[in-house]
Amino acid sequence: MGEYTLKLRRYQPDSGEAPYWEEFTIDLDGKRSVLDGILQAKDRQDGSIGIRCSCRAAICGSCGVRINGRPGLACHMHLDEAAERSPDGAIEVEPMGNMPVIKDLIVDMDAVHWKKMQRVTPWLLPEGPPPEREYIVSPESMIDITQTMACIQCGACVSDCLSMEVDPLFIGPAALAKAYRFVGDPRDGQHKQRLKDLAEDPHGIYDCTHCFNCIEACPKGVAPMSQIMRLRRIAGSEHDIDDRNNGHRHEMAFVNNIEKNGLLHEADLLPDSYGGKFHPRAVPELLRSLPAILKALQRGKVTPQKALLHAHKADENVRRIFNHVHDKDERYELNLYVVGEEDEHQSDDSSAAGHSPPERSPNT
Amino acid sequence: MPAHDVLIIGAGLAGQRAALAAAGAGSTVAIMSKVHPVRSHSNAAAGGINAALNPDDSWESHAYDTVKGSDYLGDQDAIEIMCREAPNEVLWLEHQGVTFHRSPEGKLGTRAFGGASAARTYYVADITGQALLHVLYEQLMKSHETVDRYEEWFVTAIVQDDEGECSGAIARNIRDGSMQLFSAKSVILASGGAGQAFKPTTNALICTGDGIAQAYRIGAPLMDMEMIQYHPTTLAGNGILITEGARGEGAHLYNAEGERFMEKYAPNKLELASRDVVSRSEQTEINEGRGFPDGTVALDITQVPRKRTLEALREIVNIGRDFAGVDITREPIHIKPGCHYIMGGVKTDVWGETSIPGLYAAGEVACVSVHGGNRLGANSLLDTLIFGRRSGEAAAERAAGMAMPAPSERQLVEEQKMIDQILSRSKDGRRISEIKDELGEMMNEKCAVFRDHEGLTSAHETIRRLKEEAETAYIDDRGTVFNQDVLGAIELGYMLDCAQTIVMGALERKESRGAQFRLDFPERNDDEWLKHITISVNGGDAPKVDYAPVTMTQWEPQERTY
Repeated sequence: MGEYTLKLRRYQPDSGEAPYWEEFTIDLDGKRSVLDGILQAKDRQDGSIGIRCSCRAAICGSCGVRINGRPGLACHMHLDEAAERSPDGAIEVEPMGNMPVIKDLIVDMDAVHWKKMQRVTPWLLPEGPPPEREYIVSPESMIDITQTMACIQCGACVSDCLSMEVDPLFIGPAALAKAYRFVGDPRDGQHKQRLKDLAEDPHGIYDCTHCFNCIEACPKGVAPMSQIMRLRRIAGSEHDIDDRNNGHRHEMAFVNNIEKNGLLHEADLLPDSYGGKFHPRAVPELLRSLPAILKALQRGKVTPQKALLHAHKADENVRRIFNHVHDKDERYELNLYVVGEEDEHQSDDSSAAGHSPPERSPNT
Repeated sequence: MPAHDVLIIGAGLAGQRAALAAAGAGSTVAIMSKVHPVRSHSNAAAGGINAALNPDDSWESHAYDTVKGSDYLGDQDAIEIMCREAPNEVLWLEHQGVTFHRSPEGKLGTRAFGGASAARTYYVADITGQALLHVLYEQLMKSHETVDRYEEWFVTAIVQDDEGECSGAIARNIRDGSMQLFSAKSVILASGGAGQAFKPTTNALICTGDGIAQAYRIGAPLMDMEMIQYHPTTLAGNGILITEGARGEGAHLYNAEGERFMEKYAPNKLELASRDVVSRSEQTEINEGRGFPDGTVALDITQVPRKRTLEALREIVNIGRDFAGVDITREPIHIKPGCHYIMGGVKTDVWGETSIPGLYAAGEVACVSVHGGNRLGANSLLDTLIFGRRSGEAAAERAAGMAMPAPSERQLVEEQKMIDQILSRSKDGRRISEIKDELGEMMNEKCAVFRDHEGLTSAHETIRRLKEEAETAYIDDRGTVFNQDVLGAIELGYMLDCAQTIVMGALERKESRGAQFRLDFPERNDDEWLKHITISVNGGDAPKVDYAPVTMTQWEPQERTY
């Protein structure tokens, strides 16, 4: 048994008072969860503490909160660990972010999370009538989307999504992971329409800024950001859907630029990102950048000579690095259910599910 | 007043399946739950769902296993229906998008499970219940124009008209504390089990027997209430479940002396004997001093290839790590039998109809009875879906032929008074949580794997005392928004009703059958007790005990060995 201090963010809407912090001392084994601690305070000291909870085992997704500023499930964090991570020993628990607070630790998930979920047409849309028996699909494809089926809709990823903080209309990590569950499902017949829809929506898949917060927040290893990146990849490589952020082309412009020049030739970077100097897409971009270019010239940051001529060429060492990378096998997608955790014995038994089919990853 | 053809209370698998079936049959449907539907306890069913779908399997074999598993207390007509309809139900689920595990050829693949003579359990890693629940919820979101969802509404009473027919329900909107009378032609209870009457339990905090008590209070008989399943593999202390899938994948059980003790108790099926048998064996080992000091035995998953464990049992790898600090792929984990499931519930026919016209029940809240004295693993998901669908269809059919009832507002006023009374209690009595803890710990001591007359009698006395104390138990929260305190007080009343009928059934059944093992009556006694026990309210007097025959079709009782 140990004594722990819980510092709970309280908000009692009936009282008309502003939110405040309240401390509770609880007495529990350090290996019990923060939720157990909150429930002890609720049971013994103040029954008005509001928190959604049910399973106590990280499967129902009810008790999403922020503990010491980080999102997660209250039932999924040990008291001793939470106390250790807190700056002053008091375990701070507050409601999740990006969603309005209803009372204490309870947030309005309908207003944000579930509304966004509904946005991605979250049901299977098979083409034609179902077969007489089951759909025949590869075992790997089912295991692959089971990673997103593992989502328990707790909202931890939504809570700390940076893009959503800036753009509240962003569809967000949980709903987009759900979208991958259908785009990755061979039984669904609307992959292209789904991807086009999510790519063309300014708050869709290209609204994510790769901050990794959702991956860190997720208690179930769903890795929502990875699913968003897979949606982008499939949209571009399998359905020729335009990347409205131009991110992929921009990335490739860097790679090609270095491969050719060894050192970055900045003047080429912008046009190359839009398909080259004379590409119709590049012209308006160049025109739009004109004021910046002129200002740079004016301030002597670049000279016309430097901008137009780039004397540096990639030497042998650079080429060696590129050759080395090109010679490597294509990258395997990491999927929790397929490859598990890093495992020294993994290579010994290769009989079971095996790796998911190799996917080309233009991001690497 | 909101009015719907079919009102479904509870939004786990049974409720959601009923909603889709009733909406499919053309009814206007409302589904109501005290939690958001995906928080329902169906989530916790990890291992899978049984169906004789394989060409070399047969529904008769599945049915026989179920009958035998039930220790011959299951109604064979209902079991036949369930097992016959299972294959199509699994295919239906697959067509809705459940990401079932596949064989290398891309067909549905199976795993082995306890008490089954063939590998007929279909699964999604070890998150089967969750996967099913979330896929059904996808379908519910798709049906948003035909199914109204009342999420986070708490039902306080079922409403009857003057003729005793069910005509709706009264519920409290948890968000703002307002009370609402709902009118409905048919009401389906699908609000799950009562495991929280025990402590510890594998059951979620929401499993407080609401529907069982609501039906009981308006006169519906409860059946087989004494049959409480103790799951063989739960964590000591917090009661968290380790799926039977672990043993299905090949895990073994050992006592503290390193002996694989199931060889003694079930030489053929070993760890995959039915749950009552395995739990009793474990408890015997523990009671006779061959357990570990923490009152447990060991579940050893290390012989399952690590890669397979990580793929197929990932969730319990996490549970082991997070809730017991054990890497189950490398070392055994300590487990013990723990309260898990109630085979009994509101007595229904094979269409889910209770003795009250217009009131249906499906899933764990109901007793059809397909599980009899002991439920087989992976039959509960099947039960929820088959009888959820059948209830939905039957409820819709009833609704199609009648006018919308107009229940009186009178009872709404009474329910509001009941809540006001709880809110206004002075702090003289006990705390709700204190009574709940005492109830749970007492039930887990006296109404567990082994029972006897003395313990059950004292349990009954305790429950009667706790019922009185609950009348004056106080709460802290006087607010309207998310007042979970006042709901807790109502739930305590539900749990006490359930506990009382459980103990009464256990006292009444003077034999050992399935999950009920009476130390003072250690043998099964088919001559006197091959019958259901039903319990119903009896005005102001003590509840009434009756019997109902067990329906037999083709399987005569035999000695049960595994």
